Amino acid sequence: MPTVKVPPVLRQHTDGATDVDVTGSNVGEVLNALVAQYPDTKAQLFSEEGELNRFVNVYLNDEDVRVLDGLETGVSDSDTVMILPAMAGGA
Amino acid sequence: MTPQDQTVVQEITPQEAYEELLSGDVFLLDTREPHEHAEARIEGSKLIPPAMVPGEIEAAVPDKSQRILVHCRSGARSAAAVETLMDMGYEDVVNVAGGILAWEADGLPTASDANLTPEQRDRYSRHTLLPEVGVDGQVKLLEAKVLLLGAGGLGAPTALYLAAAGIGKIGIVDDDVVDASNLQRQVIHKLSTVGKPKSSSAREAIENLNPDVEVVEYNFRLDASNILDVIKDYDIIVDGADNFPTRYLLNDATVRLKKPVVSASILSFDGQISTFMPYEGPCYRCLYPTPPPPELAPSCSENGVLGVMAGMMGLLQANEVMKLVLGIGEPLIGRLLLYEALGTRFTELKVRRDPECPICGPNAPEVPESEMGKFPDYEAFCGGHVGS
Repeated sequence: MPTVKVPPVLRQHTDGATDVDVTGSNVGEVLNALVAQYPDTKAQLFSEEGELNRFVNVYLNDEDVRVLDGLETGVSDSDTVMILPAMAGGA
Repeated sequence: MTPQDQTVVQEITPQEAYEELLSGDVFLLDTREPHEHAEARIEGSKLIPPAMVPGEIEAAVPDKSQRILVHCRSGARSAAAVETLMDMGYEDVVNVAGGILAWEADGLPTASDANLTPEQRDRYSRHTLLPEVGVDGQVKLLEAKVLLLGAGGLGAPTALYLAAAGIGKIGIVDDDVVDASNLQRQVIHKLSTVGKPKSSSAREAIENLNPDVEVVEYNFRLDASNILDVIKDYDIIVDGADNFPTRYLLNDATVRLKKPVVSASILSFDGQISTFMPYEGPCYRCLYPTPPPPELAPSCSENGVLGVMAGMMGLLQANEVMKLVLGIGEPLIGRLLLYEALGTRFTELKVRRDPECPICGPNAPEVPESEMGKFPDYEAFCGGHVGS
């Protein structure tokens, strides 16, 4: 099963889980499977229209899905889908 | 030695020697005394004074078929050394005619320790011993101008190590004062500077560490009206800002002035770092086109941060600065490095230039000279995010 890596800011919505194994054959299915398991992550990931929020970066392994096929990007069982938030902490 | 035994010493001109050195596998032996070598030398040469040649050459050049160029000041001592080497069985040894005097007269480049004072030669000796740094690299460091955004968690270790390394000018932008709760990670500040401006506290620490560094304090917050004036004199900007408006403003201003930014951020047990080199690699907006809403962007003062995270990420930033100044290694251009302290794991992600980037993309509007200092309202753009 593909693994979703959950960033610190979303872990309050995943009961603290950092790595979540889910089913799905593309990035959209994988993220929706995460949302099905942890419904509170939905508002952070998707707009009301169901689009990926612009401030959320999603990587398939080491590549930004924006340069692949976005939510349609195919995912295999050994892949890692990483949700990457911008962070501004410097202090 | 009778005349018939006399070895014929082959000679090449300094220009020929220079071209050979550029093209590769050749050993350059300087047979002068140490003080002459320190004063002026050919980059890459190995010093073995005449009396030491027979005893030391085999360790330096074990392969008798290795091509060796020998020089001294004017060509006489080196001619004798060539004979010595040939007698020892070295097969391919030539003298550089006229020595370093002729080399310099031909306008060929030399390196010198004279650019460093005796105190500096001692202080930076562990740097100058590294072939990748050398005296020339140390001189580059002493001439470099680096601006630190923030003398907080990230800025504190970065400032200390850059100052120790002999970065010639360090600017520090911070409008905050030292608080006792900073001392858990902001290692440049001390109990005795609690209550003082962070820029002054940092300056004091740097001046106690290394008098070679000129420190410039900017005890105010960067905004659209002052940013270009502050950054224009610096070679590299180190971003350890604690808020999104400053990060976007810095990005847009540095792309306009084509200044590299070494950017890092930390939160809890996680850190991120990348180097943004305008037009060569992506910019901050290529990576993060829009800031997250405040609930997805907590600050360290809200969420906490492991103190050593500041040291880890701040020193990775210092390392990037060193490589950029020295022109060595592979900076994190187009790469985002993530560090998770709990798992002690590094992850590297690719960051591409965004063809739609409104700031550095091919369709980004040209900024005319008259608009150079004008920037949009970043506070509004960032949804009212302010510092932590």
